[in-house]
Amino acid sequence: MARIIGGLGTSHVPAIGAAIVKGLQNDPYWKPFFDGFPPVREWLSREKPDVCVIFYNDHGLNFFLDNLPTFAVGAAKEYTSEDEGWGLPIKPPYPGDPDLSWHIIESLVADEFDVATCQQVKVDHAFVNPMELFWPGDGRPVRFVPVLINTVQHPLPSARRCYKLGQAVGRAIDSYPKDLKVVVLGTGGLSHQLDGERAGFINKDFDKLCLDALVSDPEALLGYSTHDLVKLAGTQGVEILNWIAMRGALTGRVSQLHRNYHVPISNTASGLLLLENKPALAKAA
Amino acid sequence: MSQTQDIPGTTLFDGDEAQKGLALNRMCFSFNSAENRAEFRKDEDAYCAKFGLNAEQRAAIKARNVLALIAAGGNVYYLAKFAGIFGLNVQDIGAQQTGMSVEAFKAKLLESAT
Repeated sequence: MARIIGGLGTSHVPAIGAAIVKGLQNDPYWKPFFDGFPPVREWLSREKPDVCVIFYNDHGLNFFLDNLPTFAVGAAKEYTSEDEGWGLPIKPPYPGDPDLSWHIIESLVADEFDVATCQQVKVDHAFVNPMELFWPGDGRPVRFVPVLINTVQHPLPSARRCYKLGQAVGRAIDSYPKDLKVVVLGTGGLSHQLDGERAGFINKDFDKLCLDALVSDPEALLGYSTHDLVKLAGTQGVEILNWIAMRGALTGRVSQLHRNYHVPISNTASGLLLLENKPALAKAA
Repeated sequence: MSQTQDIPGTTLFDGDEAQKGLALNRMCFSFNSAENRAEFRKDEDAYCAKFGLNAEQRAAIKARNVLALIAAGGNVYYLAKFAGIFGLNVQDIGAQQTGMSVEAFKAKLLESAT
């Protein structure tokens, strides 16, 4: 059976990709951010997951407003990146796992999550930058299943709904008959706001509250409305919804193995979380 | 109007904004393609006309004014692709929207670390 070995959360802002291209990992501005990642890469190279299910939001590369799903699941053989308007380097394609994608889709729809299904997804920095951080270079040691959550256009799905989506994805993976090790990712955040006179807004207290809750009490986050999240985390800080979905997918015994938090990278408070997911204890007979 | 009474300096990009900004955002979405960016640079008026921008949107594009683009229904994720044509990143547009120099805006972000 497939098994979820852990969950990862990381920020994904475009500036990360630009810093990697320029080789700024040891630059004093960037070092406190990039120094968070070696322990996670060591864990990944030790655990060797086969598949990565990644919750993220498209930023107007794949979806336009003419046709914008609230939840969408990728089911492609491979996923390609583009320059997103900024001349970013195009990465070699990321392999998919269509069989697992369709299993997740079947399971989600049976579970009353009526997702959009995508046999083609152009992946943007919210996918590419976490890959560059966790599996640097052009090697592709894992296959991918993207799960896209709308954080572009309100109404956004609620924190509670995203958590439930994550739980349903977790159940789908747990019921997959192939013997696979799966890691789940949530990308984006933490607090930041790009638009309006409030641009540059950061809220360290709320970020810490979110990181703590994601480890040990995720349900504490489910009462925040999306409007509350905009107010507390900024218009783009709502990307915490991807992390909440990731956490929902961790169906076993969860503990924190690693965390990093650093302000600022570009306009953003950066977060990094590695959660281990051990099998739930067997119920007493 | 978008429900932002209790969050100053913030426009929620909702159904009202999305309807108002459709043509503008569609043009900015097209800037994912390098070919389209080149076409815009070659003849900005013709390119804006092709997408049917209204007068407010056209003026905001002409002025490269991010707050005016948002007021005209622009969504920041699409507008970021417009800014990219001029080599501007989110810190540049943050500075413009807050009326600060880019250095002052970056310093403000660094201060929020403490």
